[in-house]
Amino acid sequence: MLLLTLIVLPFLGSIAAAFMPTHARNREAWFAGAIALTSLLITLSKYTVIAEGELITFQLEWIAQFGLNLSFRMDGLAWLFTLMIQGICLLVILYARYYMSPKDPVPRFFSFLLAFMGAMLGVVLSGNLIQLVIFWELTSLTSFLLIGYWHHRTDARRGARMAFTVTALGGLCLLAGVILLGQVVGSYELDKVLAARELVVNHDWYLAIFLLIALGALTKSAQFPFHFWLPHAMAAPTPVSAYLHSATMVKAGIFLLMRLWPVLAGTPEWTWIIAGAGAITMLLGAYFAAFQHDLKGLLAYSTISHLGLITCLVGIGTPLAVVAAIFHTINHATFKASLFMAVGIIDHETGTRDLRKLSGIGRYMPYTATLAIVAGAAMAGVPLLNGFLSKEMFFAETLTVGSDRNIWLSVAAVLMGIFGVVYSLRLIKVFFGTFNPTIGITPQEPPRWMRFPAEFLVICCLVVGIFPELSVGLLLSSAAGSVLGDQLPQYNLAIWHGINIPLVMSFVALVGGILTYLEMRRRGVFTRDRTPLVPTWANGKQLFEQALLALTGAMMRLERIFGTRRVQRQVLILVLAALGAFAVIGFSPISLDAAQPSSELTIPFALLWLVGGACAIAAAALAKYHRLASLILAGGTGIVVCLTFLWFSAPDLALTQLMVETVTTLLLLLGLRWLPPRLMQGKPTLRKIARRSRDFIIAIIAGLGMTLISLVVMFNPSSSRISAFFLERALSEGGGSNVVNVLLVDFRALDTLGEITVLGVVAITVYALLRRFRPAPESVGAPLQQLDPIDPAARQTVPDQVSHGYLLVPSVYISAILPITFLIAVYFFMRGHNLPGGGFVAGLIFSVGLMMQYMLSGTAWVELKSRLQPHRWVSAGLLIAAATGIGAWFVGYPLLTSHTAHVTLPGIGEIHLPSAFMFDLGVFVAVVGTTMLIITALAHQALRSTRFVTSGVVTPPPPYQEDQ
Amino acid sequence: MEFILAIAIGILFASGIWLVLRPRSFQVIIGLMLLSYATNLFIFITGKLAINQPAFTFSEAAAATELFTDPLPQALVLTAIVIGFATTALYLVVLLGSRGLTGTDHVDGKEREVTHE
Repeated sequence: MLLLTLIVLPFLGSIAAAFMPTHARNREAWFAGAIALTSLLITLSKYTVIAEGELITFQLEWIAQFGLNLSFRMDGLAWLFTLMIQGICLLVILYARYYMSPKDPVPRFFSFLLAFMGAMLGVVLSGNLIQLVIFWELTSLTSFLLIGYWHHRTDARRGARMAFTVTALGGLCLLAGVILLGQVVGSYELDKVLAARELVVNHDWYLAIFLLIALGALTKSAQFPFHFWLPHAMAAPTPVSAYLHSATMVKAGIFLLMRLWPVLAGTPEWTWIIAGAGAITMLLGAYFAAFQHDLKGLLAYSTISHLGLITCLVGIGTPLAVVAAIFHTINHATFKASLFMAVGIIDHETGTRDLRKLSGIGRYMPYTATLAIVAGAAMAGVPLLNGFLSKEMFFAETLTVGSDRNIWLSVAAVLMGIFGVVYSLRLIKVFFGTFNPTIGITPQEPPRWMRFPAEFLVICCLVVGIFPELSVGLLLSSAAGSVLGDQLPQYNLAIWHGINIPLVMSFVALVGGILTYLEMRRRGVFTRDRTPLVPTWANGKQLFEQALLALTGAMMRLERIFGTRRVQRQVLILVLAALGAFAVIGFSPISLDAAQPSSELTIPFALLWLVGGACAIAAAALAKYHRLASLILAGGTGIVVCLTFLWFSAPDLALTQLMVETVTTLLLLLGLRWLPPRLMQGKPTLRKIARRSRDFIIAIIAGLGMTLISLVVMFNPSSSRISAFFLERALSEGGGSNVVNVLLVDFRALDTLGEITVLGVVAITVYALLRRFRPAPESVGAPLQQLDPIDPAARQTVPDQVSHGYLLVPSVYISAILPITFLIAVYFFMRGHNLPGGGFVAGLIFSVGLMMQYMLSGTAWVELKSRLQPHRWVSAGLLIAAATGIGAWFVGYPLLTSHTAHVTLPGIGEIHLPSAFMFDLGVFVAVVGTTMLIITALAHQALRSTRFVTSGVVTPPPPYQEDQ
Repeated sequence: MEFILAIAIGILFASGIWLVLRPRSFQVIIGLMLLSYATNLFIFITGKLAINQPAFTFSEAAAATELFTDPLPQALVLTAIVIGFATTALYLVVLLGSRGLTGTDHVDGKEREVTHE
């Protein structure tokens, strides 16, 4: 439970921090600091438990059916990383309080920082590999936000994007690797994976697993050839760099390698790739660092170099190397974080980080200078400081690689040491010499508490450097023990081991470094613009940008070739794709001869479809120039479909189809008014004929295909056991004998609830779209029919219509019929549960009744008289249906469980009252609201335009021509 | 009976596809209507083609499956019909708005080519 708190607390804090006022620097810092401090105290309280070698675990059921649980686990290694993440976070928060300018929007900063801390903790505390990858990607995401914190700067945006692209790609590789690993082991639980070394190493997939996971780790830890993102990530505010690039983000890759060391290490692949990448990286990093002009750039490359060193140690893979790797991880975190902070102070006080400009500032800020010099010396590996100890261990380990004759790694190590001394000296140099007044500001010491974090870390460097066994001995052995298990070697963390080869190597590196530095300075190598001996094209950033550009360019070309913005073309592609898919699947299961035609050919049915088919074809032929005719013909097909439903025992469908047909036709009729007539234009061109022939052939093929599929389906009836279930349970459990209705309002009620929600959404969308409706200019004026003197409405003004209605006699007549229509609707609604009917049908009947009123009395008249507010009907319907469903919760059943009650009323007899009835009522109300909202919104447009006409600005109607 | 129905679905589908591939928005809306008839019929025939066997189980004893038509495709089609109405309405409004905004009823929002008379 404590582990869960550790993870959740920072994320909660992150959300809370995001909502604080923009410039509340102090409050933000106090708050974030309190979160970090609390987490840190929790971690510290577990020290004794962890030091005894115990494992703290916590599990929470997540997706149990896939064997995935939220699993947290803290052992020595995780504890050590947790301590670093939280401890340095706390120091960084304190530092950032002073570093951030009052103008910066700090809530964002602290919010991201806490979220990042949570993600990092998630990585180190995960006891499940999938979960680890999720947190891993979260660290990529939050670090992206942190690096791009000053998003108004191009370099920050680019740096953030580059870091994110590289690390997230690595994360995807890692995910693939982890999934493979989990498949091999049979579990994603870390405990099981760690115990399955033999299985994994001997498996065929080992190489793939290892490479994918290595890609993840090497990208994250900025190892060659993925190192290039780290220097560009320096565009982040310095506290972010101090946190991400010393102790946390880049250490995640190393953490992963250490974590999976027991499973994956010890093979030649591991040694070659990991140690190789590490060795190249540490050399290149150290070399580049020596020639940087930007202080942060120098630190970035030195970080790359030190990460390479640690990676190399993990790659060497002897138990003692692992101990050294862990030790150097701690040491690097302390001196590098303090150096970043010192550099931030210099930047803050002088306004520049350019090594060529900075000189002699030590006399103005002696305190900071001392801190930076000590930390720099630790970085260079000066004795009595922590860096010296782990570097010496590294030198010792390089000697064990290969045979006695193979000394290349040792040579590389010493070279790295030499350049390490060179860049450390360059860094320290800014404090000495004569002060360069051109920077314009006289630097001074920073506030007391801004110095404190660096101070604290430097003291750690000293303490660890002088009393290693006393300070970190136990910590290191418990962390190393959790990686190595019973392989934990004997080692001695003393400063003095007597005169041996590693000591000589350290000495060579120190003296050699100093001499190289002096020689290079004399020759003026450091003032050059470019790093010597490196070709111009070997620029990671440029190569990356070029690759990205080439990729997007290629995609855009592909889109131009294969994509189109033309809807017609898109539909064509869609249809062809469907046909293609169909052709690929083929007709293998066709077996017409084995089938039994269940019913003989009936003449009336054939005649029916003769009409239906003719209607469909005619509708297709006429849709371009004779829209009204086409619409009527399509309606004819609809009626035939409706009769077919009736024929084959589906009265509910027939009813619904009939009503929907009516409403749809009405709707399209209303729409036709706004479509200017399309007139036949001469003879079609050859290209048009070609295009039509092509589409015609496609249509014929599609039709034939559907015919064939239909035949196959009908001759191979499936024995659906689901349907039997519904038939058997409808009456006994649904309480209704109309199985289709029971299905809709009971068994599949959630579906229906979703459907009426869609209806409501569509209705409101239609309404919203029509509010800003601008009709085609040709159709603004009153249509010719309305201007025809035979039409009584032609002489009618809007006020006239409001007082008299449109057609007086029919409207009186329809008003009289209206209650009867409503009664019919109620009748169909009431009997719906047992006989054909139900909410949908009743709602549509009700709406049609209202619509007839609109048609015969005129929109203006109805809108004046009626109080119908369709919006409210829609929401009321949805609320009723949802409330009925939710009601089941209160009596302890799942959502939408229905209950049937039979009430006997005097005079009426027994009444059948299922709760589904209320649900159906909701459907009814929602359907009425939807149809009325859509239809009236469209009909209302005519009123707007009539008003337009009657107000005097009459647009002449377009010359009306009879359709040819 | 099966053959008639299969051919009917084929005709509706072919007419629908032809119209959907046409350039004028009104043609497309009629095409979508015909396509949805065809599709609804197709879903419907995945049940069984029973005459005079509507799925009304008036007594529990008589709830033998073979006496009734398959209610599940019917329920699905009923939903589809109503949703079809909603999408037609939405398409119609988009069509009208597009006609007003672009000055053409071509589905691409612009004429394919200058028509030569």
